[in-house]
Amino acid sequence: MLHLEAVTRQFGGLKALGNVNLDVAKGRIVGLIGPNGAGKTTLINCISGLDHPTSGVIQFEGTPIHNAEPHHITRLGIARTYQNIRLFGRMTALENLLIGQHTRGHGSLLGAVMFSRAFRAEEQGMRERARELLNRFGLLPVANTHAASLPYGDQRRLELARAIATQPKLLQLDEPTAGMNPVETHALGEAILTLRDEGLSILVVEHDMAFIHQVCDEIYVLNFGQIIAHGTPTEIKSDPAVIEAYLGSSDDGAA
Amino acid sequence: MDSFLQQVVNAVSLGAIYSLFALGYALVFSILGVLNLAHSAVFMTGAFVGLLLVDKLHQPLWIAAPLAMIAAGFVSILLEFVAFRPLRQRGAARMSQLISSIGAALLIVNLAQLAFKPLWGGTEAYFPQGLVPDQPIVIEALSLRIVPIRMIILVIALALVIALQYLVMRTRIGQQMRAVAFNQRTAALLGINVGRVYVLTFFLAGLLGGAAGLLYGLVFLNVTPFIGDDVALVGLTAIVLGGLGSINGALVGGFLVAAIQTFSIAIGGSNYKNAVVFGLLFVLLLARPQGLFGQSESTRA
Amino acid sequence: MDALTQALVDILRPLGITEPVLQFMLVNAILGISIYLTLYTGMFSLANAGFMAIGAYAGVAATQFLGMPLWLGLIIGMAVAGIISLPIGLPVLRLKDIYLAIATIGFGEVVIILLLNFDEIISSIATALQGERVRIRLLEGARGIKGIPKSTETWMLFAFLALLMFLLWRLHKSRLGRAMAAIREDERAAANMGINVVYVKNVVFVMSAVVAASAGVFSAHLTRIISPGAYGFDKAVDILSFAVLGGTSTWVGPIVGGLVMGALPEVLRFLNDLRGVFIGLILLGVILFLPGGLINPAGVRLLLRRARRALRRRADAAERSSHAAP
Repeated sequence: MLHLEAVTRQFGGLKALGNVNLDVAKGRIVGLIGPNGAGKTTLINCISGLDHPTSGVIQFEGTPIHNAEPHHITRLGIARTYQNIRLFGRMTALENLLIGQHTRGHGSLLGAVMFSRAFRAEEQGMRERARELLNRFGLLPVANTHAASLPYGDQRRLELARAIATQPKLLQLDEPTAGMNPVETHALGEAILTLRDEGLSILVVEHDMAFIHQVCDEIYVLNFGQIIAHGTPTEIKSDPAVIEAYLGSSDDGAA
Repeated sequence: MDSFLQQVVNAVSLGAIYSLFALGYALVFSILGVLNLAHSAVFMTGAFVGLLLVDKLHQPLWIAAPLAMIAAGFVSILLEFVAFRPLRQRGAARMSQLISSIGAALLIVNLAQLAFKPLWGGTEAYFPQGLVPDQPIVIEALSLRIVPIRMIILVIALALVIALQYLVMRTRIGQQMRAVAFNQRTAALLGINVGRVYVLTFFLAGLLGGAAGLLYGLVFLNVTPFIGDDVALVGLTAIVLGGLGSINGALVGGFLVAAIQTFSIAIGGSNYKNAVVFGLLFVLLLARPQGLFGQSESTRA
Repeated sequence: MDALTQALVDILRPLGITEPVLQFMLVNAILGISIYLTLYTGMFSLANAGFMAIGAYAGVAATQFLGMPLWLGLIIGMAVAGIISLPIGLPVLRLKDIYLAIATIGFGEVVIILLLNFDEIISSIATALQGERVRIRLLEGARGIKGIPKSTETWMLFAFLALLMFLLWRLHKSRLGRAMAAIREDERAAANMGINVVYVKNVVFVMSAVVAASAGVFSAHLTRIISPGAYGFDKAVDILSFAVLGGTSTWVGPIVGGLVMGALPEVLRFLNDLRGVFIGLILLGVILFLPGGLINPAGVRLLLRRARRALRRRADAAERSSHAAP
């Protein structure tokens, strides 16, 4: 459903991505790994429309999206989380999830002014759905707390809930386990597998190899903006190019 | 109408003042990343204190000028302590610092206005005639008329600019300033007293702004509490032209704005001098927010 | 309605607030709403004074030159400002914080300069078209337009303000209002939520311009004279001070800020000479000591919590001392 062909992103003289080919099939969890600075976040930014490739093609369900605005891409059904959490801090958890549903609503200002039946019904529906999501991620008790004052773990889960609130077909997760302990990481993995079973496709950037093995159906390895390997987790584990990339990079001590 | 060469001469001396003023803006912006909209009040302070010393305390200009600059420097430091430091320490948004600088500017200008009334019986006062040589030097061959003060201004302004360049590029304290400008936290980790660098930055900006104000007063001979309004937005345009926070850019920007003003007066009349300047500011911000010489945002971030 | 206004003025008179002052306060409240809209969306625009000027001149042109009634002048003033704001907003709103502030200051100055020279520009165009020298006097440059009918009534201001407040309340309950807040919090994340950031920003910019223009039309038909100088940078800062004083965490803030800033010089009559000092002190003082402004639920909650804790401590202390001395 997601198809990248020869995607290149250049910043001045620096090639952050070079000729990346990548596919995410429906209902699959695809991992994207690689040393720091390999271009993983740039890739996610290009797919979600915050950045655009210098050349190459990105297609989602056959629609080219490499030049599309981020809000169009979200409407098509791609959602994401961020490496550094980006919640709407001075809004409550519930409000964050209402914003997540923005693109699925139709209510106009006029509807709000006229107290129209459609407006009230839609608001009611959005609130119910937001509560369902809060419940599902164990956030119901903090529904009316400002996102900025939530503990770290809650913020991570709220961000995931907010991405799901946009009703995506493809979910992109940028280092979702950062800052989590092994128990939390494992629980997150279970949650992601459940989402997959509900029909969601997932592209996940991660460092935690245990997590990758737990959830991923296939893995792409990115190094210096190039895909250097692609395969199942077991195949990747024994790929000499991958081992080389990781051992090579650990010398640089990138943090 | 004056000859083209005459226009160039006029533009250059006006540009020297604008550049001095804009340098103060740019200095603060490059090191703190905030826009000090009270810098025009510092400019006014320089002219005000200079006039006070010359007209009321009968001091010669060579004593009045440095004192006026230093007074402006201290007002500038005061701004750092009152309008910027408390907000910075609280981690307030850059916008709050902009607003507090607007508030401080209003405060200073209006206090000056209150002081003007008993001192000069109004809001307008004049440097005494003949304080600076005002007999123009006429160069017949080029049909040029050069008022000596304008040449003196150019020399003083250039001297100050060179001194600043030397300070920033060649001295230890300049090195520290550049380190803070590059990254405040890293600089602090390296043992640089960041607070002191900020105070020094404001002082230097004040010295330059005060000098610009005094020179501006000497060229046109009259001083009002609102003298800063003449340059506030012009200076802003100069630093936007040069790229916010670029010291050399501010220098070039000041001369460019003066040239644009001078030539639009020559062509369209004085009503349009600022229309062209602000029109340019507007268009430039849209086309090249990083300024004519600045780097693009993405490489700065 | 008139009786109500009269009653209110009677109540406020001991404070030094007469009906003209009340009218001035209400105009300020409308301006407060104008700047609130952009600030709430995270846009630091100082274009309000410029749009107020456009509204005032367009409205007066309709009533004074074309003999239209005030309500039609109001609509025309708002429409003209709205139409002008769109091509301004589209490019300008790509800029952020300081850059946006500078660009909108530049816009305001250009508006003033164009109004100052409007007659001359029109005259020279007419001269060029006709082939002979034509002199048109319309806006009268810096002297301004005089003798505008004083047709704004206090009840109109009340009614209009009430309408705006109702619309604001509904705006906050709508998708658009939530999108505005999201853009303020994090523009890129908002875009990833499917919010069309450019669209929302421009809609808000137009709304803000239209509201500022309405204040311009009303105030022009109160002061009876308008000149470009009244809408310069000082006015922009004035309007900003409403938002800073009142705070922008709720829409009530800038309205209260506008009312208070309108009333204070009259209530504290001795301030007349010190108005500038005073506004400076307010801007500085509020930013430094009351970052959320006067109307700030979070701040009030914090204050209450502290007060409660202090009270509890005192109660504990009292209890302890009563135990100690049986």
